[in-house]
Amino acid sequence: MITLEKVFFTYRSGQTALQDIDLNIVGGDFIAIMGENGAGKTTLAKHLNGLLKPSQGRVLVDGEDTRKVSVAKLSRKVGLVFQNPDHLLFSETVKDEVAFGLKNFGFAPDVVDSQVVRTLEALGLAEYAETSPFLLSGGERKRVALAAILATEPDYLILDEPTIGQDYRQKERLRNFILQLYSQGKAVVMITHDVEFVAESNPKVILLSQGRIVARGPADSVLSKDELVRRASLVRPQMSRLFSELTKYGLPGDVVDVHRARLLLEEKLSEAKVRVPQNS
Amino acid sequence: MAHAPREIILAKNLGFQYVGAPRAAIQGIDLSIKENEFILLTGPSGCGKTSLCRCLNGLIPNFYQGEWTGELLVDNLSVTTQLTSELSRRVGYVFQNPENQLFALTVEKDIAFGPENLGLSREQIRQRVDEAMNVTGTLPLKDLAPYELSGGQQQRVALAGVLAMKPSVIVLDEPTSFLDPRTAEDVMRATDDLREGLGLTIVVVEHRLDLVARYAERIVVMDGGKIVADGNLEETLDEKFDLLEGLGVGVPRVSLLWTMLRRDGLVSGKVPTHVESAALSLGGMMNQ
Amino acid sequence: MSLRTLEGFKFSTLRTPVHLLDPRTKFLIVIAVVVPALLFANIYVMIVLLLSQLPLLFVGRVARRWALSLRAGVFLSALIFVVNLFTGSYLSAIALTLRFLVLLTSFSLFFMTTSPDDLGLALDRIGAVRWLSRRWLGYPNALSFTFTTAVRLVPTLAVDAQTVVDAQRSRGLELDKGNLFKRIRNYIPILIPLLLIAIRRSLELAEALESRGFPGKEGRTSLFQLKLRPADYVIIVLCLFVIGVSFWIFFHYKIPVL
Repeated sequence: MITLEKVFFTYRSGQTALQDIDLNIVGGDFIAIMGENGAGKTTLAKHLNGLLKPSQGRVLVDGEDTRKVSVAKLSRKVGLVFQNPDHLLFSETVKDEVAFGLKNFGFAPDVVDSQVVRTLEALGLAEYAETSPFLLSGGERKRVALAAILATEPDYLILDEPTIGQDYRQKERLRNFILQLYSQGKAVVMITHDVEFVAESNPKVILLSQGRIVARGPADSVLSKDELVRRASLVRPQMSRLFSELTKYGLPGDVVDVHRARLLLEEKLSEAKVRVPQNS
Repeated sequence: MAHAPREIILAKNLGFQYVGAPRAAIQGIDLSIKENEFILLTGPSGCGKTSLCRCLNGLIPNFYQGEWTGELLVDNLSVTTQLTSELSRRVGYVFQNPENQLFALTVEKDIAFGPENLGLSREQIRQRVDEAMNVTGTLPLKDLAPYELSGGQQQRVALAGVLAMKPSVIVLDEPTSFLDPRTAEDVMRATDDLREGLGLTIVVVEHRLDLVARYAERIVVMDGGKIVADGNLEETLDEKFDLLEGLGVGVPRVSLLWTMLRRDGLVSGKVPTHVESAALSLGGMMNQ
Repeated sequence: MSLRTLEGFKFSTLRTPVHLLDPRTKFLIVIAVVVPALLFANIYVMIVLLLSQLPLLFVGRVARRWALSLRAGVFLSALIFVVNLFTGSYLSAIALTLRFLVLLTSFSLFFMTTSPDDLGLALDRIGAVRWLSRRWLGYPNALSFTFTTAVRLVPTLAVDAQTVVDAQRSRGLELDKGNLFKRIRNYIPILIPLLLIAIRRSLELAEALESRGFPGKEGRTSLFQLKLRPADYVIIVLCLFVIGVSFWIFFHYKIPVL
C-alpha cells in the first residue's frame, strides 16, 4: 500500500504545489487523478516514487518512508511512466530499451531476456524488438516507454497522461491493458484530463484543484458534479450532459458511461412504447 | 446578390511518399474545398491526415522531401511551384504542440514574426499585429513571455501569429491535444468565431469528433493514405457510422448511443452529433 | 560548479535604465572594462573596475543574482589564485583573481540586462555578421537568428534535462554511484534523449517558422528597432574615453602590480 499522510509540498521558489493530501493506494485499485493544469497532478505522482519528498507529512510505500529510501529502490515497486516517451528513449534497439530497467535492478541475464520477450509480446511490440526506437511512430514509442517500465513488474503503475495523441483504437487497447493489470492485483494510477476515457473506464476519481483534493469517488459521481468539474477546467462527459437534460423524464443525473446510458434508455423507451399505441 | 463561394483548394490525384518510406503517405487524393467551409479531417493514427495538411501550406514538398504525384492548387497557385514562404500568406498552420511554435521573448514579438517576413512597412506590420491581438483576445498578454503562458493561451497566441499573415485558410493539426477539455472547447469556439468574423476556411485535424462536431459541417475521413469518406458531417455520421467506428475514429458518445438504440428499434431518425441535438431528439422520442 | 552560476547570465525582463540601454552601448561598456583589465595587472585598477560596475548592478537590479553567481564562482577563483601563487608573487595572484572576477562581472552584467532579441537586433546591424551569414547560410539575418533562438531554447531545454533525469532515475538509474568510468557512462541515458529532444524541438520550430514565411524573399523588416538615446551617447563617449586613456597609459607608463 502507498499512503500519503497529510502531505504538503512547496517548491524551492516558494510556490505551494500540494496541500493536505491524504491518500491510500492498494493493489487492485484503479485511480484517475484529474485536475486543471498546475493543479499538482504531476507533483503528486513524483511523490509516489520518491522523486519529490514532502515538505510536511510523509509518504509510505509498503511501510517505508520515501525520505529514507532511494528513488532507485522505490522504482522497483513504483513504476512511473512519463508523458513524453522521448524523455526516456536512448537505446539502439527496443529490446535494449526494455532491458535497461531490468539491468539496473540487477536481474540475471536470462531473466532479463525472458522478461523482455514477455513484455514485448504483451504490448504487441515483438516485431520491433531489433528496431531502433527512434524509427517508430509516436504511438509506438509511447508503448515502448510503457514496456520499459512494465518489464520490471512494479506493483504500482503510475501513468502520466497516457491518452494524449492516441486515437480511439489505441485508447481502447490501453483500457483493456489497464483492466488486465489491476485485475492481476496491481495498482494503476492514471493522471489524465481525458474525461470520456475516464467515463468509460470507471476508475475511482480523485479531483485536484490548486493543490488540494476537492473530490473523490466513483467516476459517475465525481464527473457529474458540474461546479467541481468546471473548477478543474474539465467538461462533464457527454452522457452526463445529456442526462442533465433528461431528468424531467425521470432518468438519473449521474450517468457518465454510454453503456449504462443505453440500458437506462432502453428501459425507459420500451416502457414508453408499451404504453403508447404503435404509430405506423 | 450572393456569389457562389469559390474553390480555394483543389487536389487531383494527389499523392506523396516520404524519402525512404516503404509506402506512400497519401495517394489518390481528390479533394475540393470551398471558401468559408469548416472541415473536420479525421482518421486513425498514421492515415495521412498530417501529411495532407503539410501539402496544403507547402511544407510538403519544401520542408519534407519525397515523391509527389498529382496536382494541388491552393488559391489557384500550384503548390509544387511555390515556396512555403509564399504559400504561408494564404494558408496558415497551427501545430499540435503549442510550446514548439512560439519562440520569441514576448507575445507581441512572436505575433509580429510572420508579417516581418512579408516585406511590409513597419506601420503595416504594427497594424496587423494589433488586429491579430484584438481578434484573438491576446492583447493583455502582449508583454508576457510565451513560456509563461498556459497551453490555451499559447494556442491563441499561435493563432494570432498565423492570423497576422492574413491567410484565407487555416489548418489546425490536433491543436487541442495538450489542452484540458475546457480550454480545448474555448479554442474551438474561438476558431469558429474567427471563421465567421473573417470569412476564413478552416481545416481541423482531430481524433475526438465531439470537440469539433458542433462547428464542422463537413467531414473528410482518411485511412491508409486514402480518403474513404467525404461529406456532410451529420449525414456521414448517420449513413457511415459503422465505417467510422470500425476505423477507430472517436465518434461522439451521443452518436454511438443513438445508433445502438436505433439498431434495437427504440428510436428512429438521424444520428445526432452533439449533446444539444441528442437531447432534443431523445426528448422527442420520449414524448411520443 | 553548480547550475547556479548560470543564473548569473540569464536575462530577466525588467525595465531599468540599464536594461533600456542599447545592447551596443552595453557591449561597449564590457569592452571598456575588459581593455583596462587585460592591459594592466594592478590591484588598484581591478578594484576600481569592480567597484565601478557596482552602481550598474544595483540600478539594473541584478545585484543579488550577481552575488549568487559569484558565490558559485568561488571555486574557480580559488583555483586561479592557487595556480598563480606557484607561478608568481602572491600579489600578482590576488590581482589576477580579481581580474577574473572583474571579467565575470562584466559579462554577467551584460547578459543579465540584454535580452536575446535585442542582441539579435544588434547583431543584425553589424555588417560583418550579415556578410558571414549570407555566405554560410544564404540569408543575412540567419546567423543572428540562429544565435538568439539558441539562447531562447536554453530555459526550455533546462526543464527537459531535469525531466530526463527524473525519468531515468525512475528506471533505476543512479547517477551518484560507481567509479568515475561508470558515472560517465551513466550520463549516456541522459544525454541521448536530451540531444534528440533538442533536435526535435528545433525541427518543429523550423517547421513553424517556415509556415510563417521565414525567411521571405524580401528579407525581414523588424517591427522593433534599436535606437540610440541620449543616455547611450553619454555612456558611449565615456567608454571610448576610458578605452583611449587605458591604451595611452599603457604605452607611456609601466604600471606595477601594486
